[in-house]
Amino acid sequence: MNRQIRRVAITVGILMAALLVNLNYVQVVKSDAYRNNKNNKRVILNEYANPRGSIIVQGTPIAESVATKDELKYLRKYPDGPTYADLTGWYSLVYDKNGLEETEDGLLSGSDSRLLGTRITDLLTGRTPKGGSVSLTINKAAQEKAYAGLAGRRGAVVALDPRTGAILAAVSSPSYDPSVLSSHNLDAIQAAWKRLNADKDQPLLPRAFQATYPPGSVFKVVVAAAALKAGKKPDDVIPGPTVLPLPDGGTMHNFANESCSKNGKTTTLIAALTISCNTAFAQLGIDTGQDAVQSEANLFGMNDQDFSVPLSVSGSTMGTIENRSQLGQSSIGQFNVQMTPLQAAMISAAVENNGTLMQPYLVQQELAPNLSVLDTTQPKQQSQVLPPDLDRQLQQMMENVVSKGTGTLAQIDNERVGGKTGTADNADAKGNPLPPHAWFTGYAADPVHPIAVAVVLENAGVTGNESAGGEKAAPLARDVMKAYLADMSGR
Amino acid sequence: MTPPSGEVRVPTRRTAELILLVFAIAIVFAAEAIVEATRDGRVNRNLIVDSIVPLAAGVVAHLVIRRVAPYADPLLLPIVVLLNGLGLVMIHRLDLGLKQQSDDGTGPNFTGAAAPTQIVWTALGIVLFLLIIWFVRDHRMLARYAYTLALAGMFFLVLPSVLPARFSEVNGARIWIRVAGFSIQPGEFAKILLTIFASAYLVSKRDVLSLAGRRFLGIDFPRGRDFGPLLVVWLICIGVLIRGHDLGTSLMFFGLFVVLLYVATERVGWVVVGLLLFAAGAYIAYQVFSNVQTRVTVWLHVFDYPGGIGYQVSQSLFGLGTGGLFGTGLGGGHPEIVPLPATDFIISSFGEEIGLFGLVALLVIYVLFIARGFAAGLAVRDTFGKLLATGLSFLVALQLFVVVAGVTRLLPETGLTTPFLSYGGSSLLANYVLLALLLRISDAARRPPSPSKHSAPEPAVTPQAIPA
Repeated sequence: MNRQIRRVAITVGILMAALLVNLNYVQVVKSDAYRNNKNNKRVILNEYANPRGSIIVQGTPIAESVATKDELKYLRKYPDGPTYADLTGWYSLVYDKNGLEETEDGLLSGSDSRLLGTRITDLLTGRTPKGGSVSLTINKAAQEKAYAGLAGRRGAVVALDPRTGAILAAVSSPSYDPSVLSSHNLDAIQAAWKRLNADKDQPLLPRAFQATYPPGSVFKVVVAAAALKAGKKPDDVIPGPTVLPLPDGGTMHNFANESCSKNGKTTTLIAALTISCNTAFAQLGIDTGQDAVQSEANLFGMNDQDFSVPLSVSGSTMGTIENRSQLGQSSIGQFNVQMTPLQAAMISAAVENNGTLMQPYLVQQELAPNLSVLDTTQPKQQSQVLPPDLDRQLQQMMENVVSKGTGTLAQIDNERVGGKTGTADNADAKGNPLPPHAWFTGYAADPVHPIAVAVVLENAGVTGNESAGGEKAAPLARDVMKAYLADMSGR
Repeated sequence: MTPPSGEVRVPTRRTAELILLVFAIAIVFAAEAIVEATRDGRVNRNLIVDSIVPLAAGVVAHLVIRRVAPYADPLLLPIVVLLNGLGLVMIHRLDLGLKQQSDDGTGPNFTGAAAPTQIVWTALGIVLFLLIIWFVRDHRMLARYAYTLALAGMFFLVLPSVLPARFSEVNGARIWIRVAGFSIQPGEFAKILLTIFASAYLVSKRDVLSLAGRRFLGIDFPRGRDFGPLLVVWLICIGVLIRGHDLGTSLMFFGLFVVLLYVATERVGWVVVGLLLFAAGAYIAYQVFSNVQTRVTVWLHVFDYPGGIGYQVSQSLFGLGTGGLFGTGLGGGHPEIVPLPATDFIISSFGEEIGLFGLVALLVIYVLFIARGFAAGLAVRDTFGKLLATGLSFLVALQLFVVVAGVTRLLPETGLTTPFLSYGGSSLLANYVLLALLLRISDAARRPPSPSKHSAPEPAVTPQAIPA
């Protein structure tokens, strides 16, 4: 009888071993698959069980978690949602996270390793665990002015502090309200998502960092810098014909076939930039050489495909250039040249800051749940685009644009303002020409609170007319700079 | 330097039992403290209640065992107190979760906490345990009442099936008696009564069953008149259980009878016959009963019905998977999402919150209990005791296997309680009876023969060991 009992016991042992093997399969092998199954709401319940940290601009939250009475304990709210949407991104039940909600998730959710101590204390004292907060470099006045100025238009505004690289404003238009995508109402989220994605004006596209446009004449600043470095002086006489035959085929005209000077043949470097002479800059780019222009563009931050602030930034590029005719086209910011609004602002910022380009950044401080500072971003130099003495000459040229050239609408009383307009030809996917984009990049060289701004307004111009950048984009840049300067001197 | 001759001292191990008991209560205390800290942010009155009750129950049981079953196995009681205590902690934790769900409007209305009821059942279970261990001083006396107990067991089994559905049906299974707000599942008691009967019957017919018979296809079949009564009891059980739509209990009875027959007759043939009968029964049940088909469909294609018939098992798997290796911590998960989290699916509730490591530890504790039961069966001298201990241990083992396999999708889910852990009075009471019987048998197994019957004591020391 005992032998049979032992055999029964062994059989039971085998059954138990089968259970253990199967438990390993369920809880280890399939663990991630089960955890992330769309019908498993446990992870989301946990994620919404604790308050997420805030995203703060000048002491005011632009994204915050508020307690609710429903199953998901906390609701993400964006008090001034559309104004800051391209920075905050969304925090959605259905469509994951985006923007700073995504890049700063570790800190905001409280899972960051630097918060380990706080988490353990919370567990012992029984306080509700809370995420840390992020304080941004954004200036409210500049951001709000930019958002208001873009109302009803498609485009973007980026403003930088030239001395530090701190991003003072970044707005894309049209915008959207991230609160809707971050609600707890699945139907409302999905309806909003569908509507936003169907909108041909692409409200979800963070234009300031991720849209690239042909920069048009804005790129002439880069070519001018390359030429100065190559030994040209602002007053040097350079060719500026009404029509320029390009060396490898084709011709280059100015807008409306205007001539760049009284004699219709030559001009000076400073005058060519001031009135934005296409033929002069095409020839200047060809004469300076592709390598020199390319390396100068790289110093300004172009061709960087792996760039984040910490929001990821699309790479601006000169594109492929196969011959000197294409180099000529590229030198006036057409052909395959593509630039983000942030990149355009970085050009003015570098020129304003005596040729030193500072790395752009968006996060001023990272704060623990008790608001003690975990980390403060230290400004970092990215490159020296020009030696200070040559940069001084480029400043004169850009300031000439505003004082008596195409950018006069950017003038601000009692401020030294420099800039460059751009009116960039572009076409739709089928190659049909569209109204040109209006560009302006510039700076106010205030001795205490300098600011650099780039504005792009999509298809805001009239085909064949080069005044769009100066007429449409420059005033908005001026308004943003004025709002910032007023805000800074007001306190 | 030599021990006194003439008497072999067998250690009673009662002190070990007490120490293990304190250890078990410490674990329960810690578990409840973690639940309260996680859910409420501080410990509260429940910590005391949920720890004191198992502690008091364990200590009282320990004192009585000291007196009436001093040689009983020292592991069994602490294991049961630990399991019962952890069950209380989880039931309390699920009360909190279910109430939360109800308040949020995302779950069924919360109709009242289950933990206080389970505490009452625990107390009643201990009382029943004490009565049995006090009055049943020798397990062999049970064999004398085999047919009476069988009748009582049959009555318990049949009663819910013949009562009107409003008195007996819960969640589609007609296995309950509901009177005055109390629900009793008489099948839980029937399973122990019938184990006693089957053991006694098989012992008395053992020789006939294993020797006399007709040989067919190399297997010895018993004569009809020897096997008849057992077959009748078995068929009635199965019939009643199928009418009650309770597959799990049918499976339990079936496995139990096959094992008891095998151990009693020492014939592998019975196992073969049993497995063939089981296969045939399973096939017929699948063809005839729609709820069997549903369970098999869920088993095979659970993720095809995430919001319908597969909801319960898929959520159980999600809970276990979310728990992963270490679990979410007690109170940190969402086991209340799974329907019936405190009864049929309490294993997934634990798996989600204490993880694979915790769940394996829990299973090991069960395996210890089952192994001690088998050990008692091996060591006890009388065949009735051997059969009864084996049968009772196998009941616990098979029930645990069917439950865990069901909630982890190793087998189709059948709907059984987890012994000692699950919420439910009948289950708890019946399992305390089972504990009392196992303790009684283990006491008989280790108890030294009384001196009066021992006329020729063995020499305590060998001659070589005597100093010159």
